[in-house]
Amino acid sequence: MADEITLEVARYRPELDSEPVMESFQVPLREHWAVLDGLTYIKDQLDGTLSFRWSCRMGICGSCGMTVNGEPQLTCATFLTDYAPGPVRVEPLRNFPVIRDLVVDIGDFMDKLPTVKPWIVRDVQSPVEQGEYLQTPEQLDEYKQFSMCINCMLCYSACPVYSLEPDFIGPAAIALAQRYNLDSRDEGASERLGVLSSPEGIWACTFVGECSAACPKGVDPAGAIQRYKLTAATQAIKGLLMPRSRR
Amino acid sequence: MSGTYQRPVALFWWLERRSYLLFVLRELSSVFVAWFVVFLLLLVNAISDGAASYERFANWSGHWWVVAINVIAMLFVLLHSVTWFALAPRAMVIKLRGTRVPPPAIVAGHYAAWLLLSAIVAWVVLR
Repeated sequence: MADEITLEVARYRPELDSEPVMESFQVPLREHWAVLDGLTYIKDQLDGTLSFRWSCRMGICGSCGMTVNGEPQLTCATFLTDYAPGPVRVEPLRNFPVIRDLVVDIGDFMDKLPTVKPWIVRDVQSPVEQGEYLQTPEQLDEYKQFSMCINCMLCYSACPVYSLEPDFIGPAAIALAQRYNLDSRDEGASERLGVLSSPEGIWACTFVGECSAACPKGVDPAGAIQRYKLTAATQAIKGLLMPRSRR
Repeated sequence: MSGTYQRPVALFWWLERRSYLLFVLRELSSVFVAWFVVFLLLLVNAISDGAASYERFANWSGHWWVVAINVIAMLFVLLHSVTWFALAPRAMVIKLRGTRVPPPAIVAGHYAAWLLLSAIVAWVVLR
């Protein structure tokens, strides 16, 4: 195995560059080094001005998503040896404005997320003295998969619909809405229906499926969206046949 | 935000991945689904106008270019149907006595329904 591998890193310094330029760095090729370790080596040893986001280094925080050789990846879970002999091309996540180097602005997602109310909504809150809202393991299984989302934005980066229609609420936000819709403790499904079944919601999705392929946590946002399409269509027919029923 | 860089969408972005190409072809398939609807309506209209009208329609349908369009349309409609059935188990979570019906069974159910309906149509047309 070679001692080193080349990282081609996208640099964007708004005060200098009108668009990103690629810069090559030689980093040690070590067996257990992830792409993130290579970037950290560059920052520590070669060029301290390189900017990128990271936190946990173990696939939990969702901070270090980048485009590695054209694919959206968590750089802490993507190993340099898998790309040997290189070079490895590291670019910022696609479909988001680049602030600097590998750092993108995810403000659009942060604005959209609360519109689907990704929290437990109750008609009437039970008093604390009555204890927790209990749930069986089977009820947990209904939504557990969707609760694994770490907001890493790889699904938005992979989604061509989001790149063409920036108003699309997007895969993760819809999967997170489903996470609460399918939770036995939640009573907010009707409050989420309007946003989710709007043209910018589920109906904008044309089932490319790349969001599910990119997801590092097996959430399957594409599946969540298709399931909700069936729910929304059923609700619409129910509303037509029984206009007076509330849900 | 000022000073940020937004990567432009490439003209041929849909050639970047196989899944993107398949997605665009599937979107395009709806045009051919619409074509089959128009073709069917023209056929019904020709039949309702009598034997001579049906004869003219049948002759027109036999032109090489109409056959070519219909063969291409059939391939697109097949793509549309197969990809639609493949996605069905992702959208339909059906439970029987508390256990989830396995996805292959849902796909098989769709193909069985397709076969049954095709058989009924064939029986009506050919009897």
